[in-house]
Amino acid sequence: MSGEEAEMLRALGLASVDELFADIPARVRVEGLSLPPGLQEADVVDRVTGILAKNRVGRTLPTFLGAGLYDHFVPASVRAIASRSEFATSYTPYQPELSQGILQALFEYQSMICELTGMDGANTSMYDGSTALGEAALMAARITGKREIVLPCAMHWERRQVLENYGRGPGLRYREVPYDRESGTIDVEALRDAVGPDTAAVYVESPNFFGVFDHVQEVREIAPSLLVVGVNPLSLAVARPPGDFGADIVIGEGQALGNAVAFGGPLLGIFACREEHVRRMPGRVIGMTRDAEARRAYCMTMQSREQHIRREKAMSNICTNETLLAVASAAYMAVLGANGLRRLAVENIERARALAARIAKVGGFHAPVFTGAHFNEFVVRSEVPYDHVHRSLLARGVHGGLSLEKHFPELGHAALFATTETHRPADYDKLVAALETVP
Amino acid sequence: MRFRQAIWDEPLLFEKPSNEVARATPGILPQNLERRDLDLPNLPEWEVVRHFTRLSQMTFGIDSGFYPLGSCTMKYNPKVHEELAALPEVRHAHPYQDESTVQGSLQILHELQNVLARIGGMDAVTLQPAAGAQGEFTGLLLARAYMKDRGDGARNEVLLPDTAHGTNFATAGMLGFKVVELPSREGQVDLAALEKAAGERTLALMLTNPNTLGIFESRVEEIGRIVHGAGGLLYYDGANFNAILGKTNPGKMGFDMLHFNLHKTFTTPHGGGGPGVGPVGVKAFLEPYLPVPAVAFDGTRYSLDYDRPKSIGKVRAWYGNFALLLRAYAYILSQGGDGLRWVTERAVLNANYLRHRLDPLLETPYPGLRKHEFVASGARLKERGLRTLDLAKRLMDYGFHPPTVYFPHLIDEAFMAEPTETE
Repeated sequence: MSGEEAEMLRALGLASVDELFADIPARVRVEGLSLPPGLQEADVVDRVTGILAKNRVGRTLPTFLGAGLYDHFVPASVRAIASRSEFATSYTPYQPELSQGILQALFEYQSMICELTGMDGANTSMYDGSTALGEAALMAARITGKREIVLPCAMHWERRQVLENYGRGPGLRYREVPYDRESGTIDVEALRDAVGPDTAAVYVESPNFFGVFDHVQEVREIAPSLLVVGVNPLSLAVARPPGDFGADIVIGEGQALGNAVAFGGPLLGIFACREEHVRRMPGRVIGMTRDAEARRAYCMTMQSREQHIRREKAMSNICTNETLLAVASAAYMAVLGANGLRRLAVENIERARALAARIAKVGGFHAPVFTGAHFNEFVVRSEVPYDHVHRSLLARGVHGGLSLEKHFPELGHAALFATTETHRPADYDKLVAALETVP
Repeated sequence: MRFRQAIWDEPLLFEKPSNEVARATPGILPQNLERRDLDLPNLPEWEVVRHFTRLSQMTFGIDSGFYPLGSCTMKYNPKVHEELAALPEVRHAHPYQDESTVQGSLQILHELQNVLARIGGMDAVTLQPAAGAQGEFTGLLLARAYMKDRGDGARNEVLLPDTAHGTNFATAGMLGFKVVELPSREGQVDLAALEKAAGERTLALMLTNPNTLGIFESRVEEIGRIVHGAGGLLYYDGANFNAILGKTNPGKMGFDMLHFNLHKTFTTPHGGGGPGVGPVGVKAFLEPYLPVPAVAFDGTRYSLDYDRPKSIGKVRAWYGNFALLLRAYAYILSQGGDGLRWVTERAVLNANYLRHRLDPLLETPYPGLRKHEFVASGARLKERGLRTLDLAKRLMDYGFHPPTVYFPHLIDEAFMAEPTETE
């Protein structure tokens, strides 16, 4: 015990630290933690880097995985901004006088998301794209008083599983709409049959799970209900925003905008909606206002929707969200700018097209399987079981796409391949060469 | 020293003169899909960096000064964790990579899972939930699945003390459960009220211990007997875990499940409101219901186990906030068992000492020890025409972030301070 601690105990009239815990009944006490002794900083670094060295990433293993998470290049300036320790080590901005900076950064994030999606209002984040969809379904049920959600089959199974858990409270029901086997887009006729008077919302993704831009406009015309659109935000630099088509709620995974793949987290749930729905929206919202001296100021707004005020009647239980990733995304959009984002989106489309064309030339492979317009990923079909292809690629030092055989058996031996600007020409050559030698 | 938080007139990015006009790239997509206008700023990189640097200077973080925000555990975030989280093996590992190529990530998850189970006195842990509130959501889903499985699916009431965090109420509401609020007596759960409330409809009691007043619920075993006797489950809200490391644990106290807030107790940075991490630990009888996948180890290799027929499924995509789980792992390595116990001892000493020093100014309702935080009342200040809010705002002039104010609701003019061990 240090002299300082002894002095503090004396001031409290206590003889030992143990007396501070006299209120814990003896029967529930434990005597310390049976963990190894603490390590010095250098030893912690040594231990952790030693374990992580077992991962194979980057140049040692070019990887063509996407399925919602994309390894884009993040400029050093964006990382420098997001690592500013005032942002990183602050709490939720409950005291606006000490938090004007992060409040403004979040306000700018919301504004940029609104511009990108064509919506009127956005929150500061949900946990990820899948929980954003869960919250959107709950919000649609609140607004309409109905419980049925119409969904595409061509969506990520994990997102679907998360949605089911979010829907347990109000007992949401789901109707699935198949995809057109040629184009990969939603089967519009089947959609017409699926919607009805109980439909709270129709959910559609563009680009969808197969990387194909979907017919949001036609879906809007058919949907008698709210329309929820799932997006890849980067694609919106070149694709028409859901707001143009009359979407009510837009959700998406925002990781692609300046954040790392990081083995699946932390991620960034994008959530935006039309003005008429803003008060039913979950999550934190930052507003611009004037202070007592009429200067521009920012603060958390519409807090009466949130858990710390409304408790069990709150729009959501979310409190801690993904603020720092939202700040990184705002910085990313600003550093790239409109022109940089457009160039990047175009480059991703062109690279995916070129890669699909090269794969298609390899005997035994068909790509892209679907004829619709793609963003940066596409389905590849092989004549042999994909697992066999996967093992063979891995043995040659390249990681192929995600197998779809279990969740989309009707596609045959299929896998989802993605590419971004981080791939080098040598990576493509390596992939194609490895595919050519699949026995 | 007087303090002034930097504030100046920094325009919005949208208001800065753009040096280029956005152009479309016609023909890249079919015409009906193609976007025409994209009204985002086009600025030189240095302008953007200056903008956000100014905004960061207009933000108060732990690195700026003392941040005794009650119930939030604003302790120092070691810098080495940031370096580790920025490694390429962390940033670029894709969660769908072949297990053989991400053994490092899986080992970290597996070891963290085990050590958290030990710290919590639990048998199994899932690292999936993204924050404390999502941990609560996961816990109530587990309770629901377990009850349904044993043919007791009609239970739909969640018992919550009036000192509970708002998220507890919201989580129960979100899942369609009925909230039964329990009054406090002398700052602890009123056992007579609990006896009356617990019954065949009780799904679970959610308890924070020490509670949000910083008071240890010393009759926690009795609380457990009543809830378990009624057939309900006991959920531990881990927001205040900084008060009990190495002193007691939820398993020992009789809880069936818990969540940790790694962004509180285990010092992953709060990031201005997130990201967080809310792993959930359970006793063995609830393990079959945990989210998929579980991270398994057969003595040689680590793998992801999806073969769990009773699992509740998923609460978010993939496996959890890995980059933060890694920081918590590094923190536990650096503290060790004795270090973590010291964390609690110093945090509790600091809280009691600060309360003692404030005694002449602010009354703290209910006598006795506090754990990691205390809630004083600003009621006495009213005679001088002041409110807790004034006190909070005045603290800023001296370079302190104010404590949590006006929570918990049962204390008039509440002033809730948590100094943590790093002051």
